[in-house]
Amino acid sequence: MTQQDPTTQPKGRTWARTIGEPIVIIDKVHKAFGENHVLKNVSMTVGKSEVVVVCGRSGSGKSTLLRCIDQLETIDEGTIHAAGHLMGFREKNGKRVALKDSEIALQQRDLGMVFQNFNLFPHVSVIDNVTMAPIRILKRDKTEALDEARTLLQRVGLPDKENAYPRQLSGGQQQRVAIARALAMKPKVMLFDEPTSALDPEMISEVLEVMIDLSNQGMTMIVVTHEMGFARAAADRVILMHDGRIVEEAPPEKFFTNPESEHTSLFLSKILQH
Amino acid sequence: MNWDWNFFFGYLTNGLMLQGAWTTIWLSVTSMILGLGLGVSAGMMKMYGNRALRWIAEFYIWLFRGTPVLIQLIIIYTGLPQLGIRLSVVESAIIGLALNEGAYLAEVIRSGIMSVDKGQTDASRAVGMTWRQRMWMVILPQATRTIIPPLGNQFNGMLKTTSLASVISMEELMRNAQMLAQIEFRVLEAYTVAAVWYLVLVSIWGLIQVRIEAHYEKPFGPAAAVSPDAKKDIEKILRNSGQA
Repeated sequence: MTQQDPTTQPKGRTWARTIGEPIVIIDKVHKAFGENHVLKNVSMTVGKSEVVVVCGRSGSGKSTLLRCIDQLETIDEGTIHAAGHLMGFREKNGKRVALKDSEIALQQRDLGMVFQNFNLFPHVSVIDNVTMAPIRILKRDKTEALDEARTLLQRVGLPDKENAYPRQLSGGQQQRVAIARALAMKPKVMLFDEPTSALDPEMISEVLEVMIDLSNQGMTMIVVTHEMGFARAAADRVILMHDGRIVEEAPPEKFFTNPESEHTSLFLSKILQH
Repeated sequence: MNWDWNFFFGYLTNGLMLQGAWTTIWLSVTSMILGLGLGVSAGMMKMYGNRALRWIAEFYIWLFRGTPVLIQLIIIYTGLPQLGIRLSVVESAIIGLALNEGAYLAEVIRSGIMSVDKGQTDASRAVGMTWRQRMWMVILPQATRTIIPPLGNQFNGMLKTTSLASVISMEELMRNAQMLAQIEFRVLEAYTVAAVWYLVLVSIWGLIQVRIEAHYEKPFGPAAAVSPDAKKDIEKILRNSGQA
């Protein structure tokens, strides 16, 4: 892995991605926490192999949107289709029936999620973090799963850390293990919830490099981030959320140079001041 | 009658006391294991159960924490036969001690589970674990780390609480010391020997507890846990202080 910093020197896409059929379809989704209406009629579609960056101020609902897609939160209204599932519900005689926890778990296996605070399992080693779900949940063959996990650790640049415990790794290393852990389930879509926000500046690039690499291999990705360098380098589309709504949705070239919403201009001017 | 070392040493290795010590050990271990089962169930019911289950757990905890073990044991052994429930001495002792222990452990288990970071639930759900799987593979193993120290203290207490079972004629250390004392009226020597035995058992347990705690602390422990960043910082500070 090179030490080049993609936040300042975007490499650009290494090949033109072909965006396939819609794999995530969010339709008129509402979500409230008590009085707080966090998502207001949000609709968006993500095609296969597409990389969508979602940005916005804190409290704009971008993280909640991601958590709703992965069913870590239950939506109040609307529908979310992801990786071929109607997330969290089943159609029965035209009515929606909420799924049981164990049924939702089956859907979640097709989506990978990476968190701001890594959330590695601190009580087991790095390799066990990566293989726990494939071996113990998918009941995959142990040697096969171990081989794959080692390949994944190689891919995120940590081939020599398999026996370390999470606490022995730096933040950037932990986040790369978290990406490997998510990939071990062979997800059809990867969701990133501010993956670099908890990292020291010098570690951001090592995580972004892994993500750019992933996007170049055709992974469908929805990335909530403030790293505009990543958006320029890897995104097919950039979305700005404001107060629970999508207010701008454009390819990066247009998003950064000629945005339609005043919120976008304001957001960009604030972000670029840093 | 003065203190007589001959009686003391005689009682120390007396077969009755050795047998009593052994009974105290297995009674404690059995009651603790059953109590742990009850405690995990009650703790989980209180945290995740529906209203009825929560109420049952709350009532159980309230009842057994709010009454003396001594009364619980006496009611189980000498009171219940009045209702046609006849339990042997051993059964009564184990059931009474386990029920009492479970009520205390329920709270220990609950606080242990609550001490696990909420992000762990998110992460285990995100890789597609069901409730049962994430409890078993992620939450409980981490809660164990918080639960082990108070659990060890509870077991320490259990070793001594078993002496109360002597009132329902359970032949453990205390009861056997009583019997010895009544034979030759060497009351001080007999009970001192019993006290020494309790000290020995508790001390051995203390040594075991340290090892168990170290085992569960290993993935988290501060020793050798210096992250590469911290190491860099430390080296920098050392370098700078050397230059100054």
